Amino acid sequence: MKHVTEFRDPALAKALLAEIARLCDQIGATREKPVHIMEICGGHTHAIFRFGLDKLVHEGIEFIHGPGCPVCVLPMSRVDECIEIAERPGVIFTTFGDAMRVPGTRGSLMQAKARGADIRMVYSPLDALEIARRNPEREVVFFGLGFETTTPSTAFAIQAAAREGLANFSVFCNHITVPEPIRALLGDPHMTLDGFIGPGHVSMVIGTHPYDFIAQDFGKPIVVAGFEPIDLLQSVAMVLRQVVEGRAEVENQYARVVPEHGNPASLAAIADVYERRPSFEWRGLGEIDASGLRIRPAYAAFDAEEKFGVGYAAAGPRHVPEPEGCACGAVMTGRIKPTACPQYGLGCTPETPLGALMVSSEGACAAYWQYGGARGAAA
Amino acid sequence: MCLGIPGQITAITDAARLMAMADVSGVRREVSLAPVADRPLSELVGHWALIHVGFAMAIIDEEEAARTLEALRDLGEAQETLDAMAEGQKALEGTQ
Ligand code: SF4
Repeated sequence: MKHVTEFRDPALAKALLAEIARLCDQIGATREKPVHIMEICGGHTHAIFRFGLDKLVHEGIEFIHGPGCPVCVLPMSRVDECIEIAERPGVIFTTFGDAMRVPGTRGSLMQAKARGADIRMVYSPLDALEIARRNPEREVVFFGLGFETTTPSTAFAIQAAAREGLANFSVFCNHITVPEPIRALLGDPHMTLDGFIGPGHVSMVIGTHPYDFIAQDFGKPIVVAGFEPIDLLQSVAMVLRQVVEGRAEVENQYARVVPEHGNPASLAAIADVYERRPSFEWRGLGEIDASGLRIRPAYAAFDAEEKFGVGYAAAGPRHVPEPEGCACGAVMTGRIKPTACPQYGLGCTPETPLGALMVSSEGACAAYWQYGGARGAAA
Repeated sequence: MCLGIPGQITAITDAARLMAMADVSGVRREVSLAPVADRPLSELVGHWALIHVGFAMAIIDEEEAARTLEALRDLGEAQETLDAMAEGQKALEGTQ
């Protein structure tokens, strides 16, 4: 954990912490009756733990770690389908390294690679395109994974493949969207959230208006935030100030990077290549309406689901239940802390992850494990 | 994969494909300018961009680039991204 004095601007950090404490006192927030603030983005979860912000802020703040880590919400069935495609003869399966260790029912992509499948970790879908160009006799599949930050990159890649007539390139599309799971969470009668820290880099693509419903329909404040520690403290203070003043608005703390209307070229590419699925399965959260994207029929030639007849394009039913005793869903919705999961540290550790929240440093369980968790955790 | 990394655009490599060379913490990497190509490409040379999985997603100023890089280093994400770039290179060559 960092100490305030190590922050880039320790005086500002101290002032913000004092401001947060004052606002908490005004609200009457205490350890027993805290203000619940959900940071949606896994990058923010990681930053909060890394900089120890959960311990530095007034004890009347409780951070709830939201569903914003695409690796963490990837269902087992999708991992299985990746492996099914990767094991087809002639296929080169390309993926971001982050996804390699997510467990499916037949193990992870890492294990499939060890069994002999040609699975390659790439940095960018551009690498996958290049592999396709260099290997015309092979089928190159890119595992399209992620929220609106990575969605434009696969859209641009598919457009490029179409322009070049690269018939041996396709994308296994697992792109998901941020606003829909938040709507689902807010619609849950057990929901106790008081405000949100909105994702920075997702918002750079989609702008701030997709969050309007959070303020307008559900009366909750949301502040789009950068991921430096000062950004996060500032954003927490902005959420609290809205609570104190009885306001619910979408505010943009990260305006230096996030334009109100997002990135037009990226939005145009997404709209050209993708359409919404009626629903999509999230690990731990179940099916959520309109929360996933699929490739439009005009680009079907580049859709790995269509090409290989797997996933939502397969004939049979595909839901795979979570392993016994996993509490990933309850952790992701803030109902319990990772340490309360029966598998935490026993069946499930970063070395042998059972749930995906243990796989990535953006997952709440791995962050707890690595950084010792928040106040009162059994760490 | 969800956090971008700042890089400085050093040269246009393929104007038709909107590709450019970027310097990311001392590593040279070809990136796509498609998301920021709303102006003449040559004007982008010398500027800093927030690069996500090989795409320049936003033009940022130098001060912002420096601060973002520092936060990424603290998080260990800067090294992770550079490692991922190196892996990507190996994947091209089929030597992974
Ligand atoms: S400890 Fe493992 S099984 Fe339990 S909630 Fe976390 S990731 Fe899921």
